[in-house]
Amino acid sequence: MEKRVTFGRWTIGILFAVPQLILIFTFFYWPAGQAVYWSLTLQQPWGGGNIWVGLDNFRSILANADYWNSITASMIFAGISTGLAMVIALVLAALTDRQLAGSWLYRVVLIWPYGIAAPALALAFRFILAPEAGFMAVVNKVWPGFWDPGLDGADAMASVIIAFSWKYVGYNFIFFLAALQAIPRSLIEAAAMDGSGVIRRFWDIQFPLITPTIFFLLVINITESFQDSFGIVDIMTAGGPANATNLMVYKIYSDGFKGLDYSGAAAQSIILMLLIIALTIVQFRFIERRVHYR
Amino acid sequence: MVERTPILNFFTHLILFAGFVFCVAPFVIVAIAASHNLKDVNDVPMSLLPGSDFWVNIKTAWTTADLGPKLLNSFIMAFGVAAGKVIVSALTAFSIVYFRYPGRMLIFWLIFITLMLPLEVRIVPTYAVVANVLEPYQTIMDLTGLSWLIEKISGVQVQLSLGLLNSYSGLILPLVATATGTFLYRQFFLTVPDELTEAARMDGAGALRFFVDILLPLSRNNMAALGTIMFLWAWNQYLWPLLITTDQSHAMAVTELKQLIPNVGGAPEWHIAMAGTLIVMLPPLIVVVLMQRWFVRGLIATEK
Repeated sequence: MEKRVTFGRWTIGILFAVPQLILIFTFFYWPAGQAVYWSLTLQQPWGGGNIWVGLDNFRSILANADYWNSITASMIFAGISTGLAMVIALVLAALTDRQLAGSWLYRVVLIWPYGIAAPALALAFRFILAPEAGFMAVVNKVWPGFWDPGLDGADAMASVIIAFSWKYVGYNFIFFLAALQAIPRSLIEAAAMDGSGVIRRFWDIQFPLITPTIFFLLVINITESFQDSFGIVDIMTAGGPANATNLMVYKIYSDGFKGLDYSGAAAQSIILMLLIIALTIVQFRFIERRVHYR
Repeated sequence: MVERTPILNFFTHLILFAGFVFCVAPFVIVAIAASHNLKDVNDVPMSLLPGSDFWVNIKTAWTTADLGPKLLNSFIMAFGVAAGKVIVSALTAFSIVYFRYPGRMLIFWLIFITLMLPLEVRIVPTYAVVANVLEPYQTIMDLTGLSWLIEKISGVQVQLSLGLLNSYSGLILPLVATATGTFLYRQFFLTVPDELTEAARMDGAGALRFFVDILLPLSRNNMAALGTIMFLWAWNQYLWPLLITTDQSHAMAVTELKQLIPNVGGAPEWHIAMAGTLIVMLPPLIVVVLMQRWFVRGLIATEK
């Protein structure tokens, strides 16, 4: 949509946009371009500039078993944590939307986890799920050796997933509840008059009407699971044990800043960028249909 | 609502209560663990009755991780990012919506694309830029022959260099350089009636006057929502501060948490770790509780 009434002096208009343009050029476009350049070159070990290697960095990364392991771990993490966070949030939102007595309490409280920094909640869950103290220790007492995120990769992955899902249940809940409350009450009342029960109404009316939100959250959750997982992984498992939780962003960080392999890290960044861009494009194809201005 | 469903209502309450416990339990456990002493916190199972060492632990965590200055740093950074976003995005949105000029759509798309790539993804090159923010401009001048020209004419060799590592601007500016707020304002500006602009112009108000005296006061709700969201977002940043602040004097509260993880082989001082976690969790939690309305509104509006 366009404004009918505008101001004439467009030179002033451009000036208003200049601060942001400088910022995004310096801190967004230049680094993004730099990443592409680095991914196609190899830095000389003792300085002396970069030499052009074409797609060799990508080839060596794609031939690396560690990288594929990291992709698999990221996919498992994204899949399970997104699924958990969304299903739990949808159930809670649908039930809160029934507006029984006391539902205000859930509307207020269920949002809290999303405000917490990923590393802080990671430390909390690291304690709660610690094998020797905390609460999983009780389980370990009954079945010795049942739970040890420090040694068992699957346990470590489960801890990271639990911590992430806990945070994003709150986030998804906000959106699901907003979407459910946007459905006209009359629709649901009419269906109730026709004799359909609560569950039938959910599947036949509410669920179809909130599919855009479900789709939107699916994309956001997957994207966030790529980036917001860093703090959780760094505090809870540091990528271990045996790379079981070495998710993509964590691997970029450890290769780039600990291994000082800028070219390899840049190539990994490019692959991750492409993945996220693809997801975003899919999302906007759906989003554009429902955003409308008054 | 319309019918009586006692059994379903019972299960509704039951499940919602389970969800409530699931959300609140970690907060409660952290608070209780923070009140125990070393022996009690490592008991299996840990007692859910609060211990008596709460303030001692808080004090220990505070001094071990040196949280005072770190919290101050976090506040400065979070306020900086929130204020930067609120101001810069308003300016840009005003430019995009209220002016017609060549390349306007190009600017729109240039900003729009920044939504796609979060900082975490392009972290390595962004770090390199912050190490010397003028490097892009130096490279451009070198490539276009501008530095050569300047050297020929004035005899001065152009060496632009300005490192922002371990500085507040280095922490804040890259986090401001995304599009979230711009689109929030844009959507709102598009709903402001044209009649208002016409009336203002008829009364002789110029662009700047209209922006400051009419548009900004109207956008107060948006500013509150955007400010809340950005404050929390910046407060919770981890990877970026971890890289940029090698020097302790600029470290953030959230990145300091790592120092509280009990060492393997050392005493499992979980009570101290949980006390620290509680301190770091509290400011964003207070913001969420007090600013809930703006938080929810901002969240829904910025993501759409």
